[in-house]
Amino acid sequence: MNDAERAVLDLRAMDELESMDSPLHRLSPLSKFTVTAVYIALTASFGRYDLTGLLFMVIFPLIGYQLAMIPVRTCFSRLKGVLPLVAAVGVLNPFFDRNVLFRIGGIAVTGGVVSMLTLMMKGVFCLMASFLLMATTAVDELCRDLRKLHFPKMLASLILLTFRYTSVLTDEVAAMTQAYSLRAPGQKGIHISVWGTFLGQLLLRTMDRADDLYDAMVLRGFNGEFHYAGGRKSSRWSWPAAALSCAAIVAARLVNVPALLGSLFI
Amino acid sequence: MIGFENVGYAYPGGSPVLDGITFEVSDGEKVGLVGANGAGKSTLLKCVPGLLEASGIITVSGLRVSRENIAEIRRKVGFVLQDPDNQMFMPKVIDDMIFGPVNYGSTREEAEEQADSVLRGLGIPHLRDRYNHRISGGEKRMAAIATVLAMRPDVMLMDEPSSSLDPRNRRALINTLSGLDKTMIIASHDLDMILDLCPRVILLDHGTLIADGETAGILRDRELLESHGLELPLSLSGQKGI
Ligand SMILES: Nc1ncnc2c1ncn2[C@@H]1O[C@H](COP(=O)(O)OP(=O)(O)OP(=O)(O)O)[C@@H](O)[C@H]1O
Ligand SMILES: [Mg+2]
Repeated sequence: MNDAERAVLDLRAMDELESMDSPLHRLSPLSKFTVTAVYIALTASFGRYDLTGLLFMVIFPLIGYQLAMIPVRTCFSRLKGVLPLVAAVGVLNPFFDRNVLFRIGGIAVTGGVVSMLTLMMKGVFCLMASFLLMATTAVDELCRDLRKLHFPKMLASLILLTFRYTSVLTDEVAAMTQAYSLRAPGQKGIHISVWGTFLGQLLLRTMDRADDLYDAMVLRGFNGEFHYAGGRKSSRWSWPAAALSCAAIVAARLVNVPALLGSLFI
Repeated sequence: MIGFENVGYAYPGGSPVLDGITFEVSDGEKVGLVGANGAGKSTLLKCVPGLLEASGIITVSGLRVSRENIAEIRRKVGFVLQDPDNQMFMPKVIDDMIFGPVNYGSTREEAEEQADSVLRGLGIPHLRDRYNHRISGGEKRMAAIATVLAMRPDVMLMDEPSSSLDPRNRRALINTLSGLDKTMIIASHDLDMILDLCPRVILLDHGTLIADGETAGILRDRELLESHGLELPLSLSGQKGI
């Protein structure tokens, strides 16, 4: 199995995570969406030197994974392809921002190092939160609920199709790299000389398949509404739970909890 | 009833792949569509629910295929695509099967009941709760046909329904289809299935209609078939196997 194929299986397996059952799975899609959006917005808004305050934010996704009964490591193993990209953000900061913020032992910690860390943490935390949302919520149900709030049909369909097409794209990459490696034994990856044609082909094939898929949906009566979505009944605790979580997240943003705890004990 | 009158089609920027196709299929009739690779079978089928915009006139139950009528026509027409991978887009087989009926106003319970009876009819109730990406090619083919049957269309268009099926599933499919009193056009290279299912057959070559008539007559005509890139069906060639 090549990397691309594994990626497809991983992506497809989201469906399986999503159809599990847990307290978190039973919450209404929109309430989870709201909490995730609030979490991401507030996490991103931390100042770049606010390491300790930001650190505390990890508690929310961690609790979420517990409630969803999904091991946190699933998120990291599924997303290991994206993690380096997230981590790469800000690696240059230490070179630009060299003023010393504090010292640990004899070592000077510069603003650049701290801001690099906060950037990485923001990326990873937001990724954890988005993955949790995807793993516990069916995209069709989410779109249906957005439509109920008069969210534009176009945009709701767009969210759905983007999700569907991602798997088409990875499918095609898997099929093509497999075909390639069968005829280029012993080669690692795709030789740079064929990248151009490979990408061109990939685009054409993906578009063809996306067309067919869309046709198949339209032929079965899809017109941008999501009547078919969702067998699951949302728990009536959805919105109270969402309100509580949002309040906790806002509080954690406003109050530096680690500093507060520290001051209590010192 | 489905009518084709002087139907033509050319893919954007290409030469015509369908030209002057004229024939009619009456209600409840089962018609086989045969022809070599690239003859234009899939293209012709895709013109009926307006997935491709053909020249000439196509009618379904008296409605002309056009922008105004397209929603009503699509509601009547069930289409099994040549590639089942492109037909299934929901996580599980059952989700896919209720997608169409629920869009058309059935309740979830009705749709599931209907889906279950289709699955039983095809002999594949075990596929109900399987994930689409974890079933075999042939299983996916059966499931794709099931999703279309579950919509109870008046007209069924099928592109290679029997390809990649094992003998037992192929037989189950033939039995199911022959028991259905619906208008059908079945494009296939499985001439033996056509012989079993369709009293009438249409032969295409390079986008033109070569022959239209009784299946037994046309599929027995070795010369005609061979001059258009086909061979006698096994059951008529007197050979057992190849
Ligand atoms: N998307 C496309 N763009 C351009 N030309 C196409 C496209 N699809 C098919 N064709 C061409 O149209 C012609 C008819 O193709 P079609 O798919 O209808 O054949 P078919 O009879 O279904 O063949 P098969 O038995 O292989 O499925 C072929 O010559 C093919 O090359
Ligand atoms: Mg074809």
